[in-house]
Amino acid sequence: MSDVQLWIVIVALGIGTYLCRFSFLGLIGSRPMPPVVMKLLRYTAVGIFPGIIAPLILSPAATGGAFDPARGIAALLTLIVALVTRNMLAALFAGAASLYALLWLLG
Amino acid sequence: MEGSTRKSAYWRGLLVGLPFMLVILPFGMLFGVVATEAGLNLWATMSFSALVIAGAAQFTALSLLTEGAQTWVIVLTALAVNLRMAMYSAALVPHLGQAPLWKRACIAYLTLDQTYAASTAIYETDPGMGLGAKVALFFGIATPVVPLWYMATLGGALIGSGVPDAWALDFALPLTFLAMLGPMLRTLAHVGAALVSIVLSLLLTGLPAGVGLLIAGLAAMAAGAAIETWQKQRT
Repeated sequence: MSDVQLWIVIVALGIGTYLCRFSFLGLIGSRPMPPVVMKLLRYTAVGIFPGIIAPLILSPAATGGAFDPARGIAALLTLIVALVTRNMLAALFAGAASLYALLWLLG
Repeated sequence: MEGSTRKSAYWRGLLVGLPFMLVILPFGMLFGVVATEAGLNLWATMSFSALVIAGAAQFTALSLLTEGAQTWVIVLTALAVNLRMAMYSAALVPHLGQAPLWKRACIAYLTLDQTYAASTAIYETDPGMGLGAKVALFFGIATPVVPLWYMATLGGALIGSGVPDAWALDFALPLTFLAMLGPMLRTLAHVGAALVSIVLSLLLTGLPAGVGLLIAGLAAMAAGAAIETWQKQRT
């Protein structure tokens, strides 16, 4: 990455994110939005996060892209705890603890 | 009287915001460490956290930058991660839409997952709140959260590349996103969107960095909306 590219990304992302936050509160006001837009917006996070992490979990850069059982199992445990408890911190703690335990056991 | 209700609303918000420090501190530090390890200097790392204040999008942009993706792909993908902020903005309008413009401009800057979720939860359970109290509550929630985001990033950036490999920080991002994802998978439509995202992003790994993710994300959003529509029609 070049310095120019880095700063373009930082500034463009900063402005774009602010415009998302300001959009309705600041500009559009209380006029109703088309329901289809609201519907699509509901699935942004859930549509993007899995796509980011799926390749990172199946072929981690730290092992040169080879599947790593310790990381794979820790990821699965994190998801299970997150689904069962609906508690982000509990899931993160369980995931980190299991990752270190597994890396130690299998490493 | 009005002044004292505002003050108590502010303090109430501050108390509600305190537990979020447990999430913000490690997440912000992680960003500082990972950004520094990726070669960003202190200014760039801090500007990221000050201008964007959205951890997930910052990590997304950072990982695409290190993969060598095109600038427009990085910005579009990270912005897609942040599109949910527009939804938060819309959800806040009924409660805060009547505040003066400069206050709304500040509220917009402080609109994060945590401030949105905590404030709307209280607004909905406490409909008697006046506009002034609602605004004060919002700023109260943001008080322990946003400054800590900067400080944590700074701390992480200063620790920087001093973190040993054995800490496996490379895997902090997947685990954090999984932990965030769990509570979001509330309905069949959410699960369907997540599955479409996984399958497409894996199938499209051959495309230039980030492009596959962008397509997968948009397709997943459409899938979620389609499943929701389909379920409504059946009932």
